Amino acid sequence: MKLKGKVHKFGKDIDTDAIIPARYLNTFDPQELARHCMEDADPEFPNKVQAGDIIVADKNFGCGSSREHAPIAIQGARVACVIAKSFARIFYRNAINTGLPILECPEAVDAIEAGDEVEVDLESGTITNLRTGQMYQAAPFPDFMQGIMAQGGLMNYLKEKLSSQGN
Amino acid sequence: MGMTVSQKILAAHAGREKVEAGELINCKLDVVLGNDITAPPAISEFKRLGLKQVFDRDRVVLVPDHFTPNKDIKAAEQAKILRNFARQYDINNYFEVGQMGIEHCLLPEQGLVLPGDLIIGADSHTCTYGALGAFATGVGSTDMAAGMATGEGWFKVPETIKFVYYGALPRWVSGKDLILHTIGDVGVDGARYMSMEFTGEAISALSMDGRFTMANMAIEAGGKNGIFEVDDKTIEYVQGRAKRPYRIFTSDPDAPYAQIREYDVSKLEPVVAFPHLPENTKPVSEAADVSIDQVVIGSCTNGRMEDLQAAARLLKGRKVHPELRVIIFPGTRQIYLDALRQGLIEIFVEAGAVVSTPTCGPCLGGHMGILAKGERALATTNRNFVGRMGHPESEVYLSSPAVAAASAIKGRITPPWEID
Repeated sequence: MKLKGKVHKFGKDIDTDAIIPARYLNTFDPQELARHCMEDADPEFPNKVQAGDIIVADKNFGCGSSREHAPIAIQGARVACVIAKSFARIFYRNAINTGLPILECPEAVDAIEAGDEVEVDLESGTITNLRTGQMYQAAPFPDFMQGIMAQGGLMNYLKEKLSSQGN
Repeated sequence: MGMTVSQKILAAHAGREKVEAGELINCKLDVVLGNDITAPPAISEFKRLGLKQVFDRDRVVLVPDHFTPNKDIKAAEQAKILRNFARQYDINNYFEVGQMGIEHCLLPEQGLVLPGDLIIGADSHTCTYGALGAFATGVGSTDMAAGMATGEGWFKVPETIKFVYYGALPRWVSGKDLILHTIGDVGVDGARYMSMEFTGEAISALSMDGRFTMANMAIEAGGKNGIFEVDDKTIEYVQGRAKRPYRIFTSDPDAPYAQIREYDVSKLEPVVAFPHLPENTKPVSEAADVSIDQVVIGSCTNGRMEDLQAAARLLKGRKVHPELRVIIFPGTRQIYLDALRQGLIEIFVEAGAVVSTPTCGPCLGGHMGILAKGERALATTNRNFVGRMGHPESEVYLSSPAVAAASAIKGRITPPWEID
């Protein structure tokens, strides 16, 4: 699957409170959460983000809380994928479990600028900066995680597994 | 090559003799935890599976602690989802307001988490239970849903960093100071994906409450879990609480460590983390003179008896600074009762602090002490991210209860030795 979108760039250690502040966690509705997505990192983000846009961030994206509301808010804002130098562990897990595409690629993060148009091939993990024509290769996911992502998240994967066991 | 304690617990729960760092394994879970923020999405996902029961109704724990007592209508609806689910699925360990506490103070106190356990919780501070020699880690709501359904979870076996603390702890230096100092040293992603194993003579000398505080903040260094050796103090704590058998695991002498870091604690002084990351640490003597508007003492990090006692020792017979609010949160109903019986609540109220029922409240900017634009708080909590306790242009500093209490009296960040 190929994605193409405009880049919004963020710095290092973007925490889950910046992605979706706890004051909005009295709901888990994706659209409501999307209205405040990234608000404490960039108050204008919820207004300017367009469907299919891509978040590019430095190291340790999603550090802090275990709130799955973070990837849900990003998906609610219709962001197509997140590229970062590295992801915090729980966010990484939550993104895979909920079907938000994420890629780890430090070289791409260094080279890509805000506003660039980027193409991402999720199967091969290649990232192309359409402004410069440069290509980058993200680290591949283990087969097990690819299996979860291919099913659209952990619950679909589990549903499949449970039904095949006759439950 | 041997295994670390974390690897041994994972191997035992995967039915394996041995596991190595980097392996993806499937494990049986001892406890699955959720709260009023993370459980509602998990319950919604769980119901999609169409199962008639959870994997074990004694091993699913639901604690409405974040936005309770309900802060607004939406929060009330979320708490209701939890309550209804607990009734419908006959969950034995649901803790209603009045019985509950902040989850990571409550579960150890109730003997629900034990040495050698493998625990997942839909809350990042689930790593707290590592103080008991358990492997405990935070996950999201979907993992919680899968855990409630199957009693299993997938894990990548982590590498381990061993942290060795030697020397005698100086007066005023607590578990909070050790962990803040450690996070200041390795950074907020210094232990990303890794186990943090805490050991050394200063750890042996540390109380259980101090160990809970340290394990609690492993996540603030990016750690997957933080873990301590089981010793006499652990056994003493667990005895009388445990209602089921438990196992003690220890790291092999030839266990593989990605890093070993050593600290001489005898040279430390209390530590303060400046905004907006827990890694921005300074010794308290270099933090003095930062004026503050609010002090918060409590939370899953520092809401235990020893924490309240440390604050009370300084506040006894003194008054909080007139230009500052002090809010104190005992971690559980039992801690509240103990504090009441020991006269601590009276000391706090006489001093001019307010004492709340247990709740996560202000720690995550939920309720019960939100900061206005430009305000500054000193808190014994665990995170000082932008907007963490309220307005995005407010600030949070992190410290031990002793530094927080001393600062409450002076109205600025203050070393405890200036008071006592």
